[in-house]
Amino acid sequence: MRSFAALYAALDETTRTSEKVAAMRAYLAAAPPEDAAWAVYFLIGRKPRQAVGARKLRTWVSEAAGVSEWLFEECHEAVGDIAETAALLLPPPSRTTEQPLHRWVHDRLLPLAGKDEAAQRADLRAAWDELDRNERLVFHKLITGAFRVGVSQRLVIAALAELGELAPATVAHRLMGDWQPSAAQFRGLVAAESDQPSASRPYPFLLAHALEGEPAELGPRDAWQAEWKYDGIRAQVVRRGGQLFVWSRGEELIGERFPELAAAAGRLAEGTVLDGELLPWKDGELLPFAELQRRIGRKNLSRTILAEVPVTFLAFDALEAGGRDLRERPLAERRPILEQLLAPLAGEVLRVSPVVTAATWQELAALRQDSRARGVEGLMLKRRAAPYGVGRVRGDWWKWKLDPLVVDAVLVYAQSGSGRRASLFTDYTFAVWQDGALVPFCKAYSGLTDAELTEVDRFVRAHTLERFGPVRSVTPELVFEIGFEGIARSRRHKSGVAVRFPRILRWRRDKQPVDADHIDALEALLGA
Amino acid sequence: MRDPLVELTERGLYCRAGDFYIDPWQPVDRAVVTHAHSDHAIGECAHYLTAAPGRDLLAMRVGDGAAIQPLAYGEAIVHHGVGVSLHPAGHILGSAQVRLEHHGEVWVVSGDYKLSPDPTCAAFEAVRCHCFISESTFGLPIFRWAPPAATMHDVAAWWRANQQSGRTSLLLCYALGKAQRLLAGLDPEIGPIYVHGAVERCNAVYRAGGVRLPAAPPVLEAARSAEFERALILAPPSAQGTPWTRRFKRPVRGFASGWMQIRGTRRRKVVDRGFVLSDHADWPELLAAIAGTGAERVLVTHGYAQALARHLCERGLDAQPLATRFVGEAGGEEVLPAPEPTDASDPPEDEPAEDELSDMSEPPASEETAP
Repeated sequence: MRSFAALYAALDETTRTSEKVAAMRAYLAAAPPEDAAWAVYFLIGRKPRQAVGARKLRTWVSEAAGVSEWLFEECHEAVGDIAETAALLLPPPSRTTEQPLHRWVHDRLLPLAGKDEAAQRADLRAAWDELDRNERLVFHKLITGAFRVGVSQRLVIAALAELGELAPATVAHRLMGDWQPSAAQFRGLVAAESDQPSASRPYPFLLAHALEGEPAELGPRDAWQAEWKYDGIRAQVVRRGGQLFVWSRGEELIGERFPELAAAAGRLAEGTVLDGELLPWKDGELLPFAELQRRIGRKNLSRTILAEVPVTFLAFDALEAGGRDLRERPLAERRPILEQLLAPLAGEVLRVSPVVTAATWQELAALRQDSRARGVEGLMLKRRAAPYGVGRVRGDWWKWKLDPLVVDAVLVYAQSGSGRRASLFTDYTFAVWQDGALVPFCKAYSGLTDAELTEVDRFVRAHTLERFGPVRSVTPELVFEIGFEGIARSRRHKSGVAVRFPRILRWRRDKQPVDADHIDALEALLGA
Repeated sequence: MRDPLVELTERGLYCRAGDFYIDPWQPVDRAVVTHAHSDHAIGECAHYLTAAPGRDLLAMRVGDGAAIQPLAYGEAIVHHGVGVSLHPAGHILGSAQVRLEHHGEVWVVSGDYKLSPDPTCAAFEAVRCHCFISESTFGLPIFRWAPPAATMHDVAAWWRANQQSGRTSLLLCYALGKAQRLLAGLDPEIGPIYVHGAVERCNAVYRAGGVRLPAAPPVLEAARSAEFERALILAPPSAQGTPWTRRFKRPVRGFASGWMQIRGTRRRKVVDRGFVLSDHADWPELLAAIAGTGAERVLVTHGYAQALARHLCERGLDAQPLATRFVGEAGGEEVLPAPEPTDASDPPEDEPAEDELSDMSEPPASEETAP
């Protein structure tokens, strides 16, 4: 635990990726493989389930540290992170241990979730008595299910690839899917030759970049395949070993949530892997994404919701056919294979993403203008000669989205962020006018520079009207231009509308709150 | 009930009986100044009274022509019937607590203070009083400093590690107080030490005052061939990102401040390493100092005044926050790049730390969250 906590601190302290990779590599090389396996598991963002909630942690830490709960809250507000606040408040430990990470995980962490409160409290007290500040921070992050450190999966892969002298793509693939950390698993991860991969293992998703320039700069039109860019859930359907696995991009198995897909895709030929988008689709019509969210939100999939919001898997790529990995073949060869695979099965639930035909970039640009009417976000442009790369490869797949919808709105609530933005007010709620009052319509977190964030933070502190727990209402003075991708009616929102991917486009210092938009502007966009 | 001996006015803390101010924030006729940091020592007052060891630092801040009366620690004078004496506060060279006595009633104004050891200034002295006006820059129980020797050990290890990778150690800190404390604790055997001009001006005053500091020439006086790769450079935070730092190849940046206790502030500074070293009292020191005065009444100024006062009330003291305009240890805020200062203005371009003071209202009891 000590050396893992030291790794966490080292990763937290440096902003240089080369140093992060070096620190991970050094840890993974020195740690026993059981420890290294768990370290990789945590570093790539997999989490054990939450064993202790923030509320319990706060109560027990206040008790152990001899501070009132209000004082804990004051501290929390200053620190911005509950696990760190708890680590700083506790009295120093009376002893130290050299227990390795995997023993901590197996003996202390994993059993914690199944225990009753009294036993959990006793376990925490025992743990605090042998962990120093750094170790406590990591321990608290793990038990509250909030473990996160500033490394991307790509950096973890880079460290493992260096360690095993492997291609990053090989490591990336081995990290996909369902696996349990163990010494054998870690050795397999960095071994020169891999055992037969498990039947369920998906391929790393190829991700697209946003197109910034003009498409004509990409070269001749016929070198590129165009498809509609749908707004759904990216998914990979894996048919192997007589079983069907549906993976989300977050590498969660989501097949159970889409029984209709399981039924339809069960007829795919053995050894098939498809990449595509899950979409709410009814009677041949695309439904708004909000409908799919409504379905995802349900614990139990009632017959009603299945009937109201059926899904379609819109396949756009074939990654494996007949048990052969097709990823090195160009898109121009993969596309006909995809069409052949689905030809006998295509129906309401399985479809092939249509290719948008347009002879010239100009024609395509004209079609793109219809995107909103079609319920799509724009176009995807894929290089016909390109293989299916690993991760965010630049240059082969482009998102050519419509310009966002825009309104000017007033900052009305602020809350402090987390991570690098902890203890800085960075999460904002924006409002527009309705009958002479400001009605909140969205939250947005991104879009400002660090300098602007600091300035807004200072504004929030100086103009707080009221505090509601961590949220502060502020004098409505600052106006921002808010962009978003889509808009739908919503009964859950005070404003009556829900927007998709809201973000701050810029700070309108030139505008006064009275210049902000009226709810009518949003209503008008509903029809757009 | 008689008038309070010290009250809060538009211009600062005011002793009506003696007709003088303590650390005023606007020019006044008579000012007692606890120490020479810019949030406590304002220029253009007609008369200053300050502790003798801090006389020259105050002159550097408010100008050589100012009328500054030095007073030895512990020596008392009487002004309009109010006894005034100054006692070491342990914050920086010449920092003092102000003891006021009038008709048998004793008040002490702490200024900024710390209890942990510092070789560059006299140690904090507990002064018994009826009412204690205490700072609270780090008045939350999350602030508990490690022994300074342990922190200095970390600084030395960091410097050596940077030398091994051939990179300059650029350590950012207050030019007045913190820089000299660091310097006094550094081992010059490790390698050459250089300082920013603002630090050098303070060093000169410290040295003239008899404080022993290792050799640390200003960067601008270093030879062209100077081995900055092996060197440690002390500079104020405002130097970060200025052309001045470009002479160092890929420096590793450290920051020494009590705020480094919180990961969020360190990350926002975008420095490579934070060292938790403060010239202010941490939570246990604040509680110990307050208990040491025997005061029944405590007025809490700049910092987490509201939280500390509430905690003291829970412990049975009569405590209240006092909304002064002192800054304490700047550093909770972003460091804005600024050109190399031409004078020794110290926590200078640094904006005030979190402005808890303008925000004294209680949060609503309601747990309801905003939509």
